[in-house]
Amino acid sequence: MSDDRVYPVSIEVNGTLREAQVPARLTLVDFLRDTLRLTGTHAGCEHGICGACSVLLDGEPVRSCIMYAVQADGRKVTTIEGLAQPDGRPGALQDAFCEAHATQCGYCTPGMVIAAHALLETNPAPAEQEIREAIGGNLCRCTGYQQIVDAIKLAAGKNTGNAA
Amino acid sequence: MMPLMKAAPFAYARPETLAEACSLLAEHGPDAKLIAGGQSLVPMMAMRLARPAWLIDIARLAELQHLAAPAEGKADGVFVVGAGVRQCVMERDPRARASLPLLAKALPWVGHVQTRNRGTIGGSIAHGDTSAEIALTACVLDAMLELCDTSGVTEIPAREFFLAPMVTAILPEQCLAEIRFPVWRSADKTIRRGCAFEEVSVRHGDFALVSACAQLELDPDGRCLRAELGLGGAAPTPLALPEVGAQLVGAKLDEQAISAAAAAAVALADPEGDLHASADYRRHLARVLVERVLRAAQQDARSTVGT
Amino acid sequence: MSIAPPQGFRYIGKKRRTKEDPRFVTGRGRYVADIALPGMKHVALVTSPHAAARIKAIRTDKALALSGVQYVLTGAELCAGTEALLPGVDAPKVTRYPLAHGVVRYAGEWVAAVVADTRALAEDAAEKIEIDYEATEYVLDPEKAVEPGSPLVHPAHGSNVLYRRKFVWGPVEEDFARAEHKLGLRVRWGRSATVPIETFGIAAQWDPGQQLLDVWASIQMPKYPDQIARALRLPGNAVRVHFDVDVGGSYGVKRGIKHTVLVGYLAKKLGMPVRLIEDRLENMRGGDMHGPDRIFDLQLAFDSDGTIRSLKIRALDDVGAYAGRSPLQLGKPVGAIVGPYQIHSVEYEPISVMTNKTAQEAVRGFGQSPTNYALESGIDAVARHLGMDRIALRQKNFIRKDQFPYLIPSGTSYDSGDYHAVLDKALAAADYPALVAARDAARKAGRLAGIGISSCLEPSGGNSSFEPLFNPKNETTTWMDSCLVRVDLSGAITGVMNTSSSGQGHETLVATVLGEVLERDPDTIRVVHADSLNALPSNSPVGSRMAIMLGGAAAGAARKIKAALLAIAAHNLRKDVAELEYHEGSVSVKGEPRQTLGWAQLVEIAHRKFHQMPPGLEPGLQAKFVWEVPTGGGLPTADGRIQMYPCFSFEAHVVLVEIDPETGQPKLARYACGHDCGVMISPDIVHGMTFGGIAHGIGAALYEKFAYSDNGQLESQSFMDYLIPSALEVPALTIADHCTPSPHTTFGQKGSGEAGYLGAPAAIACAINDALAPLGASIAELPMTPLQIWTRMQLARAGN
Repeated sequence: MSDDRVYPVSIEVNGTLREAQVPARLTLVDFLRDTLRLTGTHAGCEHGICGACSVLLDGEPVRSCIMYAVQADGRKVTTIEGLAQPDGRPGALQDAFCEAHATQCGYCTPGMVIAAHALLETNPAPAEQEIREAIGGNLCRCTGYQQIVDAIKLAAGKNTGNAA
Repeated sequence: MMPLMKAAPFAYARPETLAEACSLLAEHGPDAKLIAGGQSLVPMMAMRLARPAWLIDIARLAELQHLAAPAEGKADGVFVVGAGVRQCVMERDPRARASLPLLAKALPWVGHVQTRNRGTIGGSIAHGDTSAEIALTACVLDAMLELCDTSGVTEIPAREFFLAPMVTAILPEQCLAEIRFPVWRSADKTIRRGCAFEEVSVRHGDFALVSACAQLELDPDGRCLRAELGLGGAAPTPLALPEVGAQLVGAKLDEQAISAAAAAAVALADPEGDLHASADYRRHLARVLVERVLRAAQQDARSTVGT
Repeated sequence: MSIAPPQGFRYIGKKRRTKEDPRFVTGRGRYVADIALPGMKHVALVTSPHAAARIKAIRTDKALALSGVQYVLTGAELCAGTEALLPGVDAPKVTRYPLAHGVVRYAGEWVAAVVADTRALAEDAAEKIEIDYEATEYVLDPEKAVEPGSPLVHPAHGSNVLYRRKFVWGPVEEDFARAEHKLGLRVRWGRSATVPIETFGIAAQWDPGQQLLDVWASIQMPKYPDQIARALRLPGNAVRVHFDVDVGGSYGVKRGIKHTVLVGYLAKKLGMPVRLIEDRLENMRGGDMHGPDRIFDLQLAFDSDGTIRSLKIRALDDVGAYAGRSPLQLGKPVGAIVGPYQIHSVEYEPISVMTNKTAQEAVRGFGQSPTNYALESGIDAVARHLGMDRIALRQKNFIRKDQFPYLIPSGTSYDSGDYHAVLDKALAAADYPALVAARDAARKAGRLAGIGISSCLEPSGGNSSFEPLFNPKNETTTWMDSCLVRVDLSGAITGVMNTSSSGQGHETLVATVLGEVLERDPDTIRVVHADSLNALPSNSPVGSRMAIMLGGAAAGAARKIKAALLAIAAHNLRKDVAELEYHEGSVSVKGEPRQTLGWAQLVEIAHRKFHQMPPGLEPGLQAKFVWEVPTGGGLPTADGRIQMYPCFSFEAHVVLVEIDPETGQPKLARYACGHDCGVMISPDIVHGMTFGGIAHGIGAALYEKFAYSDNGQLESQSFMDYLIPSALEVPALTIADHCTPSPHTTFGQKGSGEAGYLGAPAAIACAINDALAPLGASIAELPMTPLQIWTRMQLARAGN
């Protein structure tokens, strides 16, 4: 039963094509973390509830713990590392998270930033309730969500040229 | 063995066509499981509560991605949804929102943004959870499901599809290919139509403790011409209540009629108790929610002129 | 949010970005699961399906036959090879090892550990291990467990009671006899915890050449390296814990002793790097995860004018099948047993009882939040009994600001506070008159709405005075913390802290304090975490202590650096230190600004020019400071009086809740918290922790419970059933700051790491009960779920 056949996958991750041979049961989060060593994506519950493992799949936020790497073959994945500036410094949304101190332990943060990024891509000026719905599938135990909501408002304000 | 979180090993196939998928199903039978979005299946596999030897990925089959609204001008038609259409696509599609307002109201209750980006309409139905919003909507609207296998296509009404918790009428070698939702419309522009979907869960996005929905047609006097309603989480399977709907036809939906309908609905409910809700509480919620969706659907009908 | 900026500080109390955030927002934190050691092997755990059973046989051959499986460890071998872990109280027969040996005592207890090349392979092998159990009698109800004849969790101990004592502080019976009114009530705090999103993890590697065990772990545990070494029968200097691992949240629970002993043993035994990253199910059912589970019986004695004279509390705490420090969670509340109130005498009977459930561990507040919930429920009951306004009753009994330092009956002196002012600020922030109008309007419209108030203390500056109080054999009277500061040849400053952090922003804390004292920009200061072999003493970030203890230690070290710079300048300027002034790193002669030595010059002298150094001063520029907890150092009196913690933060919560009258679903409509933790070093960090604490409290009050079935199975072991509030359950939160400096600390700061959590459950429970009051219904048990609320509503409507 431990005979794990491997399958070729070819996934564009943060703009770079990555190819590997993986067992079918390898989840996308484990592929990103263990195979590619992109450890910014975190596993929190591994059953699709907490949202810590959120990544963008072809631009849409998904939970990488309830998706196998083979299912992402031929698709584009963006992780938290891919939202930083090319030199690794925080991108605009990440910078807003710093300004509002929207993180404490940092464990849920990558998933939150991914969820917020996806929201702002489709809704550049969200209302507070829309922000809460967009991050409603991402659990945070440190912040009570207040400063995360503030950070997303701040980023939206910069997006639309309005102060938050 | 107490469950852990990594799936047992399995083999994976991603067929190019539906026919190929059906052949693989025919070949592997009960050892194989279809995966589309996998939003319910993958957690079960992680805990090894499901352990297929073969996983057949149908998420990309173009044959399962179609959305077709009924032709303009026809009376009641059907809105055809490929089983592989993702919930988020359905949620955004303007034709679907216009033709199937009840489904549009149900979808925001399904999980969260991230799960709706992966989860499919057909996958949610095939999973067979009694509290699934899409399954309930399919039953209430009396949708027809198209199942296919190597020998061809068979049809089964959604109302006959769900047999027990997580048990459906689908055979191991069958693939749910299409869902045909009846669309309510008529040439008579005086008819007013409304619908509502409500549920109670402990947190938003959790499985519903109980859900209810209704769709109505009212004449200009507010008399009920047609009514369908149903309950999720209130029986081992999603529960359409056509007999309760029939009882409303011809009546004005006053509080007495609504209350009687709710009582009739609860009489047909058969909920289980669990950690979060006792059977009594679920029965109570069923009554409350049926009343609420009937009121809300009536309100919705009053505020929109029929098309 | 109103921030009253403390006066006279350069960096403290200012809005500044943190040092940690940039790495977290870009996914560049370094958590234990991110550490990949070459050739690392993975552990999966086989756990007991029974609440209590004898283990008759374990067959591992099928598991070992799988390719990629390295080893299967069972209790027999591990127990022989390691020392037992002992509870924090004097109960030597209540022994615990990481793996069960002979018997299992709760469903989920670890029975065997499989080591394999991947975690998935380890799980495959875990399935193949065959264990024969013979189920035995078990006890789940703590009230039954204390009765004679109950099944015993640890028969060798002779009883399920791990700790019990009745403390009487002051003339309790006389005060009760004199009081015009008495009432009693029972409230129950359900088994919940802080449940971080990161599970516990540990990676370890044994170096046989150096005879050294390297440990990377997700920990927040006092004296962790010492306990690991002791259990593994290694000298303390053979265990090196790397504190530079980011911890993905803890709030008390990341203790990890048993995990580390298990993995450390395996790494040494196998000569391979080994790691155990709990999955969520392992974490929930058998990790260090469950929090207090308490039944409180209170009696209050009071007069018609609202004066509360005396208080009796019996607290029965279900600690589960084993105990680490959990019994001590009944001890810490001794230091704030009267809350913010002038109560003349107290009787307190803590009872720590074992049952066949997952063991309890430390949770944010260390037992204080349940106690605060009980106390506040008592205050509300008095208000109801007298028909007195809840706010007025609190205001009447509050210790007044002119009464500090205030000695409470149990021997602790409160440092400072202005409870009236903070409650007023909370009421203003909530717009209390508008809140009352909204509640009354909702009621008039046939809805259920209620307002909750709580006013609670957060003891801070974490000392461990509960150790000698609850265990006379333990004479620990210091809980020091330390900081090392180094100024290198380039003039750059590095602060070294001596423990890991789990989101509290300690690097920002140390940099801010060093910057404040040395008048250098905190952004230029680096803060690193030592490993345990080059660390100064630390007792880890527990008990809301780091702003006080690490902040105080950093300030002490920085002051030594400043003194050295002044001494160097005095020597070279040929002046007395008293004639000099320090400004932003330069030292000048007072009134003669041209006679100045700059930072770079002073640093260069210290590092290169011994000939310019004053006699007796060490070359180089570094200083360490080890700080004892202020007010600490004492042992308890014979009647159990002790100074527990040094500083007392205060919080007042005001919340409006609406309950759906048909479904029983609660919704928090408005939430405001007045908070006084003295001088805030980093306001954003304090506010963040307070917001997060409130969210934890919302979870404990309404959603979260480790629920057990009648046969002892944990029913809420996944996130599908253990319900953590999301951004849709937590409302917008408002904090109103107040600042009463502590006289005991360097800058007047108090602790805030447990803020919010210590008052939120009490306030929400109060609001729910206010909402249910018109029906004649009430609930005295957390969590108050929709099912619970509806059940109470039904009973009330049925006239019961």
